[in-house]
Amino acid sequence: MSEAVLNGVEHQHDHHPTGIKRWLFTTNHKDIGTLYLCFSLLMFFIGGAMALVIRAELFSPGIQYVDPQFFNSMTTMHALIMVFGVVMPGTVGFANWMLPMMIGAPDMALPRMNNWSFWILPFAFTLLLMTLLLPGGGPAGGWTMYPPLMLQTEHALPFVIFAVHFMGVSSVMGAINIVATILNMRAPGMKLLDMPLFVWTWLVTAFLLIGSIPVLAGAVTMLLTDKFFGTSFFDAAGGGDPVLFQHVFWFFGHPEVYILILPAFGVVSQIIPTFARKPLFGYVSMVYATCSIALLSFIVWAHHMFTVGMPLAAELFFMYATMSIAVPTGVKIFNWIATMWRGEMTFETPMLFAVAFVILFTIGGFSGLMLGIAPVDFQYHDTYFVVAHFHYVLVSGAIFSMMAGAYYWLPKWTGYMYDEKLGKLHFWLSVVSVNLLFFPQHFLGLAGMPRRIPDYSTQFSEWNAISSVGGFVFGFSQLILVWVIIKSARGHGEKATAQVWEGANGLEWTLSSPPPYHSFEVPPKISRS
Amino acid sequence: MNSNIKNTVTTLSSIAVIMFCFGYVLVPIYDVFCDITGLNGKTGVISKNEANSLSFDINRSVTVEFDTNVNSKLPWKFHADTRKISVIPGKLVEVSFEVESLAANQTFGKAVPSVTPPKGSIYFNKTECFCFSEQELGPGERKTMSVRFVVDPALPLEVKSLVLSYTFFAMEKNVSTRNIDLKINSNKI
Repeated sequence: MSEAVLNGVEHQHDHHPTGIKRWLFTTNHKDIGTLYLCFSLLMFFIGGAMALVIRAELFSPGIQYVDPQFFNSMTTMHALIMVFGVVMPGTVGFANWMLPMMIGAPDMALPRMNNWSFWILPFAFTLLLMTLLLPGGGPAGGWTMYPPLMLQTEHALPFVIFAVHFMGVSSVMGAINIVATILNMRAPGMKLLDMPLFVWTWLVTAFLLIGSIPVLAGAVTMLLTDKFFGTSFFDAAGGGDPVLFQHVFWFFGHPEVYILILPAFGVVSQIIPTFARKPLFGYVSMVYATCSIALLSFIVWAHHMFTVGMPLAAELFFMYATMSIAVPTGVKIFNWIATMWRGEMTFETPMLFAVAFVILFTIGGFSGLMLGIAPVDFQYHDTYFVVAHFHYVLVSGAIFSMMAGAYYWLPKWTGYMYDEKLGKLHFWLSVVSVNLLFFPQHFLGLAGMPRRIPDYSTQFSEWNAISSVGGFVFGFSQLILVWVIIKSARGHGEKATAQVWEGANGLEWTLSSPPPYHSFEVPPKISRS
Repeated sequence: MNSNIKNTVTTLSSIAVIMFCFGYVLVPIYDVFCDITGLNGKTGVISKNEANSLSFDINRSVTVEFDTNVNSKLPWKFHADTRKISVIPGKLVEVSFEVESLAANQTFGKAVPSVTPPKGSIYFNKTECFCFSEQELGPGERKTMSVRFVVDPALPLEVKSLVLSYTFFAMEKNVSTRNIDLKINSNKI
């Protein structure tokens, strides 16, 4: 662990444009981080509203409120927004805010590009959301965009594809910026293995983004040319093959799931040591585990498509490769538990979310292992079991860690403690309802309920009703988070100290809360202890 | 800008560009992979002379079934004259298919073949086929089309039957624009 001694004078005069211009033209990593986080929160409610449309329709069998086409566009848009609009910008927001402060850099390496990476997003999502108003409605072929179904989308198709291109450009630029910052702007004396784990997970995530997002861009471009320019990449009539799309898509798609979860691992790895008041157990093994998860993620993609008719050898290869990811992931879980072991733990809201993350993510990891077993996947494929699995790893995994991160760093960002009572209320409502929402979906899936269908057989009624109740409670509980953030941002609460948390360790906690607009203009000195 | 940062950015941007191209490279890689493994029902190709010079064992026989489909956008009827035959690997066989248009105007179609199981598909060699080439039918027109094929005697012994499946897809009127075909396989029979 390294300790920092600030030398030099902090700049107290924060000159920047005010009003809307401050936010439009800002190149400050803290402002851009705030923009990303607010955008992510807004999208969380838009995507969440779509989820509630889905859960309302599924409350009872039969078609109640929406027609099947619109239902399908809800499942498609919900996924695209949650993946590209909430988790990715949210974690990039954390990275923007925290990375430079954690490594003792004055700002991101490419501040101007940072501004562009963010401001592309509102355009991309406006483009995506406006497709709901087009004749023929929004995209309804699933977020995976499989042809030939996706190619039957009416007017929305090119808009969706350009929106995906924009999101891709934004996240690749963001990733390049993050790598450039981490590799070149660390405080003198900070070696790679001195970096906090959040920085490490983001370094690896950024490489995953640079390696996989361009492949998605290629895949959707092929869809575009198949539809409008007469190519036949995926068109069987022209000698193409729709299964090829699945290979190209999942070559991107599997690294993508680690893009969503690795920063979450990083956040949790910062929080657990703080509240266990012990250094992170097995720091180096955590770094290696992160890297090996990332490398393995590029060779397991076909476990998403075991049922397309692959030769046995390929099924076996992808099955074993998939299972092997459980090893580094197990190392991480073990290390988090070992960090908590005999620690002087206290359970403030961030810690509650982090502990829930460890438990619930592990449940999602186990159902993932089940899905990775090729022979049984034939039963689980495209059922609610899959839905339960990825919501456990994404909602009670990635989203929970983001909430943990938000509570953990909110006092640092705003300078005021959040309302602990409301935070705990938010946590308990969320953790109960999220299980009520997603746990029954395991049973539904095993019993054979298919995903992405607005109607179902009556034997699935009870668990669906319970799941919908959980969904609505979870959805509305999130308003508490908004209220907590507003309260803290408006200065209602105890004044936060620089260190904020008794057990917090690292450069970011040596800065005042809130940190000065320009921090570490003189690099801090790293002294090893 | 610091030159180290510049280098990092250049390297990373080129990785992004390379990965974009890699997405496209996956297309031919996938085709070659399917060709070698017989995945996806891609069949083997053989010349007439080669087909006639194959040795065969009259005691061995393999069942070949024919499956015919028409894509919903094409108002055609399509069936095989023989549903199922027994062939001796190494012997050249000819079968015929009937196609009939139910449309009120000129229509164009193209058949795409596929052989299962994948283990046997590369041993299924056609010397003559109507597939991948455009077929034109007038209103109510009927056409008989033939396929000559030979099953390679090297077919693994455990493969006792093969299915040759054809699907007719509608081709758009303006064929010149539909023919841009980036797939390396399409010129094969």
